[in-house]
Amino acid sequence: MQLCELQHEFAAALLDPGRPTPAGLVGPDGVTSARRFAVYRNNIVAGLVETLRAAFPAVHRIVGADFFFAMARAYVVKNPPRSPVMLDYGAGFADFIARFEPAATLPYLVDVARIERAWSESYHAREAIPIDPCEFSAIRPDRLPTMRLAVHPSLRVVRSRFPALTIWQMNIEGGAPAPVDLSLGENTLVLRPGSEVEVRLIPKGSAEFTEALIEKRPVLKALEAALMVNSGFDLAGNLFDLIKAGALTGYDLAGAAR
Amino acid sequence: MTGRAARPLRFLHFAESAVPFPPSQSQDRVPPRGGVGLKAEHYRTIIETLPDVGFFEVHAENYMGAGGPPHRYLSAIRERYRLSLHGVGLSIGADRPLDRDHLQRLAQLIDRYRPGLFSEHLAWSSHGASFFNDLLPIPYTNASLVRVADHIDEVQAALGRQMLLENPSTYVAFAESSYSETDFIAEVVRRTGCGLLLDVNNVYIACTNQQWDPVAYLEGFPLQHVREIHLAGYTSEADEKGRRLLIDTHDRPVAEIVWFLFARAVRRTGAVPTLIEWDKDVPAWPDLKREAERAEAVMRFVGSEAA
Repeated sequence: MQLCELQHEFAAALLDPGRPTPAGLVGPDGVTSARRFAVYRNNIVAGLVETLRAAFPAVHRIVGADFFFAMARAYVVKNPPRSPVMLDYGAGFADFIARFEPAATLPYLVDVARIERAWSESYHAREAIPIDPCEFSAIRPDRLPTMRLAVHPSLRVVRSRFPALTIWQMNIEGGAPAPVDLSLGENTLVLRPGSEVEVRLIPKGSAEFTEALIEKRPVLKALEAALMVNSGFDLAGNLFDLIKAGALTGYDLAGAAR
Repeated sequence: MTGRAARPLRFLHFAESAVPFPPSQSQDRVPPRGGVGLKAEHYRTIIETLPDVGFFEVHAENYMGAGGPPHRYLSAIRERYRLSLHGVGLSIGADRPLDRDHLQRLAQLIDRYRPGLFSEHLAWSSHGASFFNDLLPIPYTNASLVRVADHIDEVQAALGRQMLLENPSTYVAFAESSYSETDFIAEVVRRTGCGLLLDVNNVYIACTNQQWDPVAYLEGFPLQHVREIHLAGYTSEADEKGRRLLIDTHDRPVAEIVWFLFARAVRRTGAVPTLIEWDKDVPAWPDLKREAERAEAVMRFVGSEAA
């Protein structure tokens, strides 16, 4: 058999336990060994499930090991990695959870998964130096609305109808689960301005405002988005909070952010 | 030499001891000592206590993110230690072109961290659009030999340096194989001028699973081309006929039989950079360091015997 055909059969059988062991894969007696081939099947699925477990520790703790294994297994066999760089594996796991029937009774699980995904992206994001708050404070407030701002590459926002941040915090290492009021939505900002990923709650309108900045829209457009959900949105206060957190890396009074 | 006549012949006529690429800069050279696979769990301990370890090795793919703590720690550790770079995703045994983007990423990492050694596996892991996070076996045939040799030529040309090829741990054999594993590896070395990473744990796993004699395997292995050794722990299972089936789990101490085979290999290779691989259920730092110290003790003992 051609090498490429052999690898094609091998690969197809790896992720589909329904397929027989490819011919010619044998034990020391020269006879086909399904049990030996199963080691490769198991290594791959177990390895990918473990990668997801490490990237989604709170989801794992919330649903328990057995449920997580079943859910992750269903994901990995349909979504094998597309790249040898596994740091990015699991990008679609939160969307998968949203469609995973058995998880429907835990509607906040998706948003907890999105926080964990944002954390991973932030952790591996490109380095950048946040702007100095002193430099920024010299700008006249009336010029703020026409400005463009460049955000830190590690900046992420996760919006939730549920107290997703509180639930996440209670389910990571050192957290202790306690009753929560599921009607209280929480929006989360994730950022790695230096060496550590920081996760914080942000006020009403801030998520929309920050998302617009991430999309490179001017401050005025971001402000409009924020005012839609919070008529009392405090522009100067929000900008100051973002700068203090290290979320901004450049500004331009007119035109493209520098 | 079928299928390779058009390839440059520059790698083919080197004497056994010659290296076809300039050795890494002396300040980057990995010493013939015990080293440890770098794990995130130990970043802080290493930075804060600067333990006496021969070198660290990292999986290249774990440092292919754009930024963040992994790069910060590795940069700080590299300032104090020699480094070996170990790839797990190049898929050298796949019957398709190498991933050029991945080669580029490797070149960038090598440029940034100046590892004294770079190694990859005699295995495949990519097919179609999918990457399988495992090291899959290849049949030892002429077709595989041509493919693997071409890929190694390409890697060494792209990276401008010699690579080391690691012998695999295997769970199945291919009925169609026409070479022994050691003859296949020796022929790859002869054709490409690559060096070898002898994984002694893999030797024991493959020999147990395939019912080969590990001592004879080492005798047949082209040990004069070994530039690095790996040691690790395995898990013991059984196949459907009750035959021992060892799994390369890297989750426990090195087995006594592997230490024994290591000593036998070192009698022939002399002291070489020797890495403890422990990737799952990673122990506390002192336990890991003790394994590296034992590797050094074995090399010293064998050296004193020879003296």
